[in-house]
Amino acid sequence: MKTISKDSLDKIIGYLKYKGYKVIGPSVRDGAIIYDEISCIEDLPAGWGDEQEAGHYRLRKRNDGALFGYAAGPQSWKKFLFPGKLKLWEAEKNSKGFEITPANGQFPKYAFIGVRSCELHAVFIQDKVFNNGMFSDTYYNKIRKNIFIAAVNCAEAGKTCFCVSMKTGPKAEEGYDIALTEIINQDEHYFVVDEGTPKGSELMEQIESLTSTEEQLAAADDALKNAESNMGRTLETDGIKSLLYKNHANTVWDQIAKRCLSCANCTMVCPTCFCSNVEDVTDLSGDHTERWRTWDSCFNLDYSKVAGGNFRTSIKARYRQWMTHKLASWIDQFGISGCVGCGRCITWCPVGIDITKEVSNIRKSLKN
Amino acid sequence: MANKKPKFAVFKMSSCDGCQLSLLDAEDELLELLGGIELAYFPEASSRMLKGPYDIGLVEGSITTPRNVEEIRQIRKECKILITIGACATAGGIQALRNWKDVKEFTKIVYASPEYISTLNRSLPVSSYVHVDFELRGCPINKYQLIEVLKAFLNHRKPNIATRSVCVDCKLKGNVCVMVARSTPCLGPVTQGGCNALCPSYDRGCFGCYGPMDSTNTSSLAAEFREMGETNYEIMNVFRSYNAYAEPFRKESEANEK
Ligand code: SF4
Ligand code: SF4
Ligand code: SF4
Repeated sequence: MKTISKDSLDKIIGYLKYKGYKVIGPSVRDGAIIYDEISCIEDLPAGWGDEQEAGHYRLRKRNDGALFGYAAGPQSWKKFLFPGKLKLWEAEKNSKGFEITPANGQFPKYAFIGVRSCELHAVFIQDKVFNNGMFSDTYYNKIRKNIFIAAVNCAEAGKTCFCVSMKTGPKAEEGYDIALTEIINQDEHYFVVDEGTPKGSELMEQIESLTSTEEQLAAADDALKNAESNMGRTLETDGIKSLLYKNHANTVWDQIAKRCLSCANCTMVCPTCFCSNVEDVTDLSGDHTERWRTWDSCFNLDYSKVAGGNFRTSIKARYRQWMTHKLASWIDQFGISGCVGCGRCITWCPVGIDITKEVSNIRKSLKN
Repeated sequence: MANKKPKFAVFKMSSCDGCQLSLLDAEDELLELLGGIELAYFPEASSRMLKGPYDIGLVEGSITTPRNVEEIRQIRKECKILITIGACATAGGIQALRNWKDVKEFTKIVYASPEYISTLNRSLPVSSYVHVDFELRGCPINKYQLIEVLKAFLNHRKPNIATRSVCVDCKLKGNVCVMVARSTPCLGPVTQGGCNALCPSYDRGCFGCYGPMDSTNTSSLAAEFREMGETNYEIMNVFRSYNAYAEPFRKESEANEK
């Protein structure tokens, strides 16, 4: 483990830029912490934290100048690996028929700064979706294999976080090039850095660092312990698959359906949701066509429309589908839960529907 | 596309002209469009008025007078494909506010000689009187959506016009939700997208210009607004605007009358 000063992080960003990376990190925008291109340490949300609850988010000023003192915000890294709108190809009519040209000549080389452990797990989950031996998504994989990941361990947990329940955090265990733990005390502000790959070590060779002292390592451990013991929420996962499979007809779904707006916000913010729609668009002459892929959602009525009708017309059926897939059938499909416990769906639901609470409501209903 | 250019007509019922103007506003695409169609009837743009039948007719405006009723029946007969555009034509528009009042009272107050006024009690969408092939929502409509609908009909394909919530567009744009981050009431979760989440992009709540989305839960959203401190009267008014008479909005506004 190495220790670097706060300012060395700026050198890391500079080095990555010099290496041709498009550096993405957290920034404050429109009253929240979002992910966008950054060019130096000044772009990071220094001294900003957040306050989250079901259907509620506010930025909160911190008094310690922490750069990563916030919990997961409204956006996730999914928007870079699996963009919301992507042109897949275009075609031109010619005398012989038509000719197709792939649209994605551009595959940006991204460096992600500030990836949380739950978010790393979300990327692993999407890896299974977009590269699973049976199916491989070109755009995703071309970007994925070149990203540089600078993970950041959580020193605090948000009120809607439950990564401990989902076993996805708060410590980044693998899949990063470097992992940082931010430490702030009376007169020091530094990072303990773990190198995860040769790419990460190569970067660290360029950065001034010291071998971490016992105290510094202990401080990093304490930070993680603090996050671990302050999870805002828990989700009891024991037997979750059969719980949901057996409770298809539970009245809890009716209760949820009274509140759920079917607005799809939960699926848009979820870092693992991967549904999309593919549309062909022609120009007026009909000689030129483009095929676009856009995020879609199981909450959108059109999404489950097939020839002859729609098999999930009620909001109840759509919410049940979402939660059952996320927490149960995902395990059958991909060998892993579809939820990493980031809490985004809870915070960003306009009416504050809480996946952890609904699971416990189903459990409670069985005891009655 | 057929060899012969399709004959195209634009009609107006009771409305403000804003939606037709979206067509003129689509400058770049308009020239291309004019290359592919014969503009047979569009009084707002050209003095040339060819007789029907027409291949595609666009209708703006709601039906509010007996004359509108006659006209729309005739237009339907003359158009192979009839597309209505805008909140007036698809839901009755802002003028549907009269539907909750006594129109005779209004005419007495507004006109010196109300006996010359011949008007219907209610402002209704075109589809209440004739069959409509496609309804394009919005107050006003989005010109890109209009071009998309025309491209689709000219190429005999289904228009890519989503019927889901404004929230999806809002999130695709990377906006931070105003309901969650500012406690600003927003109709986005019950409103059909199409404007590219215009108001939330400027930190305002959605006004519902595109009408109810395909599966609305207005009572849950209204309950949330109440939680945020809105009174029933305010909630009634929020639902009672450009698309006041679209059924889910109408019902929700009525549920909050008291
Ligand atoms: S759970 Fe919440 S965010 Fe998800 S569709 Fe329902 S109302 Fe929207
Ligand atoms: S389901 Fe909710 S908590 Fe789980 S990963 Fe998705 S957004 Fe996060
Ligand atoms: S701001 Fe409005 S439209 Fe945008 S996500 Fe929030 S509720 Fe939906």
